[in-house]
Amino acid sequence: MSVRPNAGAGEAVAVPRLPSLAERLRGAWDGDVAYSFRRSPVAVVSAIVLAACLAGALFAPWLAPHNPFDLKTLNLLDALSPPVWQEGGKPGYLLGTDDQGRDVLSAIMYGARISLLVGLASVALAVVMGVSLGLLAGYAGGKIDAFIMRVADVQLSFPAILIALLIDGVARAALPRDAHGDVALFVLILAIGVSNWVQYARTVRGSTMVEKNKEYVQAARVIGVSSWGIMGRHLLPNVMGPVLVLGTINIATAILTEATLSFLGVGVPPTQPSLGTLIRVGNDFLFSGEWWITIFPGVALVVMVLSINLLGDWLRDALNPKLR
Amino acid sequence: MTHPLHHAAAGEVLLELVDVARWFDVSPPWLNRVLERKPRVLLRAVDGVDVTIRRGETLGLVGESGCGKSTVARLIVGLYAPTRGSIRYDGVTLAGQGAEAADAGAQRQARRSMQMIFQDPYASLNPRWRVEDIVAEPIRVQEGDVARADLDARVGALLEQVGLAAADGIKYPHQFSGGQRQRISIARALAVNPAFLVCDEPTSALDVSVQAQVLNLMRELQQRLGLTYLFISHNLAVVHHIADRVGVMYLGRIVELAPTRRLFTQPQHPYTRMLLDAVPDLSMTGKSRTAVAGEVPNPLDPPPGCTFHPRCPLADERCRREVPKLLPAAAGGEAACHAVEDGRLPAREGAPA
Repeated sequence: MSVRPNAGAGEAVAVPRLPSLAERLRGAWDGDVAYSFRRSPVAVVSAIVLAACLAGALFAPWLAPHNPFDLKTLNLLDALSPPVWQEGGKPGYLLGTDDQGRDVLSAIMYGARISLLVGLASVALAVVMGVSLGLLAGYAGGKIDAFIMRVADVQLSFPAILIALLIDGVARAALPRDAHGDVALFVLILAIGVSNWVQYARTVRGSTMVEKNKEYVQAARVIGVSSWGIMGRHLLPNVMGPVLVLGTINIATAILTEATLSFLGVGVPPTQPSLGTLIRVGNDFLFSGEWWITIFPGVALVVMVLSINLLGDWLRDALNPKLR
Repeated sequence: MTHPLHHAAAGEVLLELVDVARWFDVSPPWLNRVLERKPRVLLRAVDGVDVTIRRGETLGLVGESGCGKSTVARLIVGLYAPTRGSIRYDGVTLAGQGAEAADAGAQRQARRSMQMIFQDPYASLNPRWRVEDIVAEPIRVQEGDVARADLDARVGALLEQVGLAAADGIKYPHQFSGGQRQRISIARALAVNPAFLVCDEPTSALDVSVQAQVLNLMRELQQRLGLTYLFISHNLAVVHHIADRVGVMYLGRIVELAPTRRLFTQPQHPYTRMLLDAVPDLSMTGKSRTAVAGEVPNPLDPPPGCTFHPRCPLADERCRREVPKLLPAAAGGEAACHAVEDGRLPAREGAPA
């Protein structure tokens, strides 16, 4: 090839082009985080287990062998049958049935839906609340900071479950009896979400106070960006890393809180049983020998929470530059 | 002197600082003050600076770390409000006495034509933003909705103006070297066609070879766009290269202010002499350098009178009592020194005639 002098001198300037989706995906796969994921067997296994749990929960209406809430399909003659591999087990009821003849496996899949919904939604609520208040406290400083953080300190001196019980109790007292069933799920999400915002607020406040003194924030102020613009568009993307890790781990905590509340009988209504409700119901039969009604939902809960926790741990290490 | 072109264009005063001071309250928290009987503590970072910058010129500001150079820069661009004094830009009072009376629209207009370049190119660009968004931000903020194609074209032109490629816009800051990042900073500062740039040590975080490139770029841009610079640095060689006039700061005050040539050949203030003697010079190999004697006093508790007197070889009783004013010196420029005023300044050894 001969080299043409001044080749391209008169040509149009190359138009800047954003990478396509495929290029971005490939870039993400080659990136540090994906590399560390591929190198971590624990993370891969937890991700697969979690994906299976998610799929089972999301597609329960199509995957579950029975619909445990359709009274027409329930047969009381099938009640309290043990898992299929035990003597007396009935084919079609893999993990056995409860006292009303509901299939335990199907009930777990439907219950996991409720548990995951409450877990994800309450963490989302806690993140939104905690990140906004933490950002405001860290950036504004002074009296606003002092007020928000003192409220946080006071709330932190109560156990989260107590706050959730309080909110749930107030909602029960305030709402008419028949309305409560419809909004019980939202009250539960609100209760768990509000009881967990403090740690996000503290984390974000700390990172905000570090970031706001960096020169790019001062540069934005010189340019004339408003305080809201600086908080939302400059600081927020730079303080979200730790929040992601915390949020992942907290999904597991939120699911457990929901299970605890449901176990105590103040969570979701019995018409929409979560894993916690199933464990509570089965608990009554534990000592009469029908162990499968409570053990299998318990195992499902442990597996789900454990895989989320392990993934969260991996994410924390993968995003921590000091551990690379 | 160094750049006759600028002096021809220079004329009207663009920026005027009158007796500007900025004190920081670094007292312990209220509870500790009450319980431990600790007094309020004020840090006088800038304590009475008078300076004017004419349109088209470059004013260099030098001094040791902690002398208040950066605070002056932040006062001018409005990151800090002055404790005392006033700042006027292009006929509009921006801060201090008379700022409330000034027209808000004119103030916004004035702020818009003033931009800043920061010291650390690794901290001054948001690591999560693409370069094109960083450079486009001033346009978006100050002109509202601009058509995407129009914006892309302007950002591309800005990047090319500072020696980068338009296609670099889609990259992130961490994909660039320090010098390239400082070029991005300059492109961002130029985005809304400012008349005045405050440069706070723009080259001190860069390698020496890259410093020269960035300085040459800044001078080229100044000539092409008719910019006015306030150039802050602790590096005397850099200031000598770029400035038309130089101000020397010591402990929150300007102690000498003179055209560059005069300042470097006939320094008047003993502190300026001390600084120049301390500069390593390749052409003067073998000649022993005098290190700057003593330490900068604690700015929380500055000495009375002339703040330089504990380190000054010429200090007498008057220097310990009376704060010297910035007065015209016989050699040209201005100096704040009783010895210069009284004419008891010894001839400088080794100085060219």
